[in-house]
Amino acid sequence: FLSHATPQFHHLFFRLMASGQQLSAIKGAKVLMVGAGGIGCELLKTLALSGFQDIHIIDMDTIEVSNLNRQFLFRQSHVGQSKAKVAREAVLRFRPQISITPYHANVKDSDFNVDFFKQFSVVLNGLDNLDARRHVNRLCLAADVPLVESGTTGFLGQVTVHIKGRTECYECQPKPAPKTYPVCTITSTPSKFVHCIVWAKDLLFAKLFGDKNQDNDLNVRSNDSASSSDHSEDVFERKKDEDIEQYAKRIYDHVFGHNIESALSNEETWKNRNKPRPIYVRDVLSDELQQNGNVDKMPATDNLSTLSAMAYLGLKNPQDIWSLKENSRIFFAALKLFFSKRQKEIGNLSFDKDDHLAVEFVTAAANIRAASFGIPLHSLFEAKGIAGNIVHAVATTNAIIAGLIVIEAIKVLQNDSKSCRMTYCLEHPSRKMLLMPVEPFEPNKACYVCSETPLLLEVNTHRAKLRDVVEKIVTSKLGMNLPLITHGSGLLYEVGDDLEEDMVANYAANLEKVLSELPYAITGGTMIQVEDLRQELVCNINIKHREEFDEEKEPDGMVLHGWTQAPAVENNKDTTTTTTSSNNGASTSSTSALVPNDMEEDDELTILETGIETIAAAGK
Amino acid sequence: MNGEELTEQETALYDRQIRVWGVDAQRRLSKSHVFVSGLKGTAVEFCKNIVLAGVGSLALNDDNPATGEALAANFLIPFDENMGGGGSLAELCCDSLKDFNPMVHVSVEKGDLSNFGVDFFEKFDVVVISCCSLAAKKSVNEKCRKLSKRVAFYTVDCRDSCGEIFVDLQNYSYAKKKVDETVQCQLQYPSFEEAIAIPWRSLPRRVAKLYFAMRVVERFEDVERRRPGETSIADLPNLMKLRNELCLAHSLNESQIPDSLLERLVVSTKEFPPVSAVLGGILGQEVIKAISGKGDPLKNFFFFDAVDGKGVIEDISTS
Repeated sequence: FLSHATPQFHHLFFRLMASGQQLSAIKGAKVLMVGAGGIGCELLKTLALSGFQDIHIIDMDTIEVSNLNRQFLFRQSHVGQSKAKVAREAVLRFRPQISITPYHANVKDSDFNVDFFKQFSVVLNGLDNLDARRHVNRLCLAADVPLVESGTTGFLGQVTVHIKGRTECYECQPKPAPKTYPVCTITSTPSKFVHCIVWAKDLLFAKLFGDKNQDNDLNVRSNDSASSSDHSEDVFERKKDEDIEQYAKRIYDHVFGHNIESALSNEETWKNRNKPRPIYVRDVLSDELQQNGNVDKMPATDNLSTLSAMAYLGLKNPQDIWSLKENSRIFFAALKLFFSKRQKEIGNLSFDKDDHLAVEFVTAAANIRAASFGIPLHSLFEAKGIAGNIVHAVATTNAIIAGLIVIEAIKVLQNDSKSCRMTYCLEHPSRKMLLMPVEPFEPNKACYVCSETPLLLEVNTHRAKLRDVVEKIVTSKLGMNLPLITHGSGLLYEVGDDLEEDMVANYAANLEKVLSELPYAITGGTMIQVEDLRQELVCNINIKHREEFDEEKEPDGMVLHGWTQAPAVENNKDTTTTTTSSNNGASTSSTSALVPNDMEEDDELTILETGIETIAAAGK
Repeated sequence: MNGEELTEQETALYDRQIRVWGVDAQRRLSKSHVFVSGLKGTAVEFCKNIVLAGVGSLALNDDNPATGEALAANFLIPFDENMGGGGSLAELCCDSLKDFNPMVHVSVEKGDLSNFGVDFFEKFDVVVISCCSLAAKKSVNEKCRKLSKRVAFYTVDCRDSCGEIFVDLQNYSYAKKKVDETVQCQLQYPSFEEAIAIPWRSLPRRVAKLYFAMRVVERFEDVERRRPGETSIADLPNLMKLRNELCLAHSLNESQIPDSLLERLVVSTKEFPPVSAVLGGILGQEVIKAISGKGDPLKNFFFFDAVDGKGVIEDISTS
């Protein structure tokens, strides 16, 4: 047919050649996947089908039942096994000739250092948390390996491409901060159900079952206003020989009754708020007070993982919203089960969304508190979603996103970075599009991660200790785990496993010194260097001395410039999904809010990261 | 709450997706019956999604043997069975899919798609056909429409790195959540035959070029009596001739159907796996919407092209 040759055919030959190049780029590529979960399973399958031959995959997780509805490489019989390893075996069944190397490990382990990353042609992320994403971003920059990053929440998803020097890095734009709540909202003035959940989980549950040495704000208010000597001893301590029943009632009356009553005594607080109602056991369970609660009647089961207050009380449907009375009965049953059947764990427990009894207790406690404050009660199913920060997930979005990741990866491998796009998967079409590609942004010249622009820290160098800088800046804002701080040639601080004892002591002493009195004094005009060897990240920080800070607006007592963090997104009532657990939709609603339905042709899109949000009662 | 409750096992398995679409939708899914014909990579992606989501039953139709080409984008068939292990594509896929979710009844419907009568389709709530002829698309769609119950009808096709989904929900009403209220919405869908009969000139401007290109290829295969995807580079001159004729008849500028696009569609008729994943995902989502009655369903064509990366909805109807 060569005699038919026309310009079109020349074009065609060129195309065929190009697709041959595409194939060799795929075959020659060595790919690192981080994450073998919802996106990861889909991604590994699509990579294998597309002809990739050498795939490495890191995931520290093991398989759980709630993964099986979308992580299709896993079966019921795999529950408890390594995701990375099982995913490999499943894909080798239909593509036995390719090489898949699994690592059942944390990507932040020191084994996965810059040299490890350097061996790959491209890194593909299917992660579920900000911390790991930042870590991989930093190592990809250090190793100069392109990164294709992704995320999904419900029907929404996105794929972005990060190539050092050509497109923005993952941290060039601020990411939404983990949602935190002021302590006083949690301890005294809750107005939303999520506040009650945080109180029940981070304060009450931690106080009763967690580490007794941990700081806990549960009693902050009641202690302040406590005049009776009753409060000088720890009411949460179970007295010697105290009956569990008596103890449980005492706790109930204390946290839902006395504490509310003493909070009410502060008139100022309630001027513009609805007053809460103290709730005592006798008001709710008066008829049961006499006969109920014989611990001997507790189930005889030895299988601690199936202990359930619901089962004990004959409540079956986790979607039902329990009455105040039912919640109170669950509260007692769960508390008694902990103290009678799981007493060995008490003092070491931390909340786990997969610990059914813990979820029951937290649901009941949050609901009783909600009732007290006139906040609508929620079902166990909803409460679990909020308490466990459970992110919405469906198989279809993950499959779409994985397909888009592979399309971008192939462009990267062909050195066709000009064609790379970041793509948003939308729930409602925008300009007729459900999948919307956008040109990648340029690197942010002021990004402290991918550019060498120094940061500026305003701090009172005569008052702030090195510890404050490490905790409030280096760890929490810059996200460094193993920081090393130097001033000129002087080493001020370092974290690591292989340090000499005298150095450890030296650093510990430095932590408690104010900046200007350190061996290598930090004063106005000083530049310090902060680095994390494992992340291969180095930041220079210029220090500017400042006397005063506004306690309200600058609670850290210092201000970091050149580092930006988006404000935590306030939760709107979620209109995009059908469930009412509004907190989990936070990243969802913030995303859709930023994509107007009828956008102008050339509008730039900004969509916030869709990762897991963490809820924590913020320390002041 | 109405109807029976989900079992404990279902609640545990479907936890994450119930948080997206609610218990009611999950219950409706578990009572729905889906039929899929033509099991290449894209349809298989769809089957995976819908089985994971937890439909009541899935019936598979494809009597073709599992040959090398059919396996190219099929992750359901283990490698050792690739080589003449016997069994049709439907049978092999059925075995794998059963394993994905023991709560879904997966079965095989043997026979030629064109031989199934109207009554056959009455068993289903959703019918999806892939990789079949223009005649089959029209006739299966018409059979679904003859039934008194509403059967949602879809076609899905992937050629090279391009894909198309067609949707016919007939007369469809659904609940749409606005800020504070739920409003009832009505949509009127044309059949496949009605949709493609609409003169090109009367379509909205800037309709996806892929819509026209797919119609040209479809028509070409029909008049040349080819099987779907049975084209090669040698067909390009005739295909361009047909394109010119159609454009003339419809008074459409030929530039709306670029040569390069036609080339891609006839030369590489294999499915590009990442595009199959995208189409299977979008289609899965649409079927879940249609069954659950929640969310805006797409009306009535969807196009994806990996080259520009856009996933576009086109409304090709007279209304």
